[in-house]
Amino acid sequence: MPPELNSRPHLAPGCRLGESNQQRMLLMPERALRLNGPSLEIVERCDGHHTVQQIILDLQKIYSKAGPQKVEQDILGYLALLQKERALDFEL
Amino acid sequence: MAILLFCKRNVLWISSCSAGILEASFRFCGGPDRIGMTFLLTMTPTIPNPLALIAELTHRCPLHCVYCSNPLELQSRTNELSTEVWSRVFKEAAEAGVLQANFTGGEPLARLDIVDLVRAARSAGLYINLITSGLPLDETKLAALVEAGLDHIQLSFQGAREETANEISGTKSHAQKLRVLEWLRRHRVAVTLNFVIHRRNIDQLEEMLALTESSCATRIEFANVQYYGWAFANRENLLPTRTQLNHSVELLKREQERLRGKIRIEFVVPDYYAKYPKPCMGGWGRKLMLITPSGDALPCHAAQVIPGLSFQNVKDRSLREIWEQSAAFQKFRGEDWMQQPCKTCDRREQDFGGCRCQALLLAGDAAATDPVCSLAPLRPKVDGILAAINTAPSAQNFVQPSWLYRPNPA
Repeated sequence: MPPELNSRPHLAPGCRLGESNQQRMLLMPERALRLNGPSLEIVERCDGHHTVQQIILDLQKIYSKAGPQKVEQDILGYLALLQKERALDFEL
Repeated sequence: MAILLFCKRNVLWISSCSAGILEASFRFCGGPDRIGMTFLLTMTPTIPNPLALIAELTHRCPLHCVYCSNPLELQSRTNELSTEVWSRVFKEAAEAGVLQANFTGGEPLARLDIVDLVRAARSAGLYINLITSGLPLDETKLAALVEAGLDHIQLSFQGAREETANEISGTKSHAQKLRVLEWLRRHRVAVTLNFVIHRRNIDQLEEMLALTESSCATRIEFANVQYYGWAFANRENLLPTRTQLNHSVELLKREQERLRGKIRIEFVVPDYYAKYPKPCMGGWGRKLMLITPSGDALPCHAAQVIPGLSFQNVKDRSLREIWEQSAAFQKFRGEDWMQQPCKTCDRREQDFGGCRCQALLLAGDAAATDPVCSLAPLRPKVDGILAAINTAPSAQNFVQPSWLYRPNPA
């Protein structure tokens, strides 16, 4: 199930941004995910304030050379992946 | 409370970028921070950085679990590292690229300086997992641990029913764990319930899931016992039957779907039933480093069973020096040590030949192909062990076996 556009994702307990050797990371229970470019832009906006829709609009602006539809699909896919990892909670 | 073994031997440790699709689709527009990646690539040494530090803070433990992953020879309190040495180790670990520390034991809360250790590791920049029985915990201590920077608590359960749990842990422990679960609701920390699975509790998975769903946990680990140390000694009474295993796999597949996005289910199979071996520790000397209570640095929990390996101690050398240069870490790193069929096998970069300690225990040769592999010359030995379990009349009976319980060291 894709996340709802008007929900506000935020990092679940025990999930936080970190850094190692100048590489930004999403740290989670017994896991870590390297964040680069778009993935970092997305995770930084999972702050409980941005809605999914706002995240999509922001990234469509930043990556204006990519097709807006494609950007939306990728973001929803990535949020679903983080949700499956239990790294995100979504407030409505 | 040394249960880490069962899950960590099957290290998943995703460290790659799962935004793969995203990265690819954005490639042509040149994301803003490629510099980070380039930096990493130019800095990558021939030996990969360790990613996780397993800190066995003590072997003291109020539980006596029959599958404990600690060695048969336990360290006493007088040999334990000081707060100062551990604090230095955490700093060196972070500098060497380690991202996470797993505080385990024994029971890590048996250390009176546990809050200071959490604070030291967190200020060194590490993510902190605490693997505990919950027995020495009270709500004040829990609050202090979270305040000091604890990120994730793994609470072990020996079963969903009090009588099973108490039998396996050789102590009355279940009720206290339920109390800890209630306290955890009031603190911002990730919670995993960890169940070590074997023949005598594998039929209780639904009850374990129900317990987890009624709690604040976001993860549950069903980690089948792996057979080393105390578990190896108790293997005849712990290995599940094939029928039990198949049933549990079916059940968990369904439950994984049902709980997607709510509770993450990890499942570790007993590798005696697997077709291919687990990539033990994510490969020898590739991802993890374990420090024993007295400071010896090991490539894996059971490495001390392998004859001829000598281990360096963090009191004498830096972590990076040990990681890069110690003979024990070099011994099975890479592929040069491999025998056939591993040497030319297509899967050698996936499972690294399996587990060296299991090869020693079952084949008598630490460099042999892990005998649980279906391609291993010694696989018939494992099949023999399974045949005995699956045909023995005792396989399903519920008379209490004569367990070899793990004692508490001085």
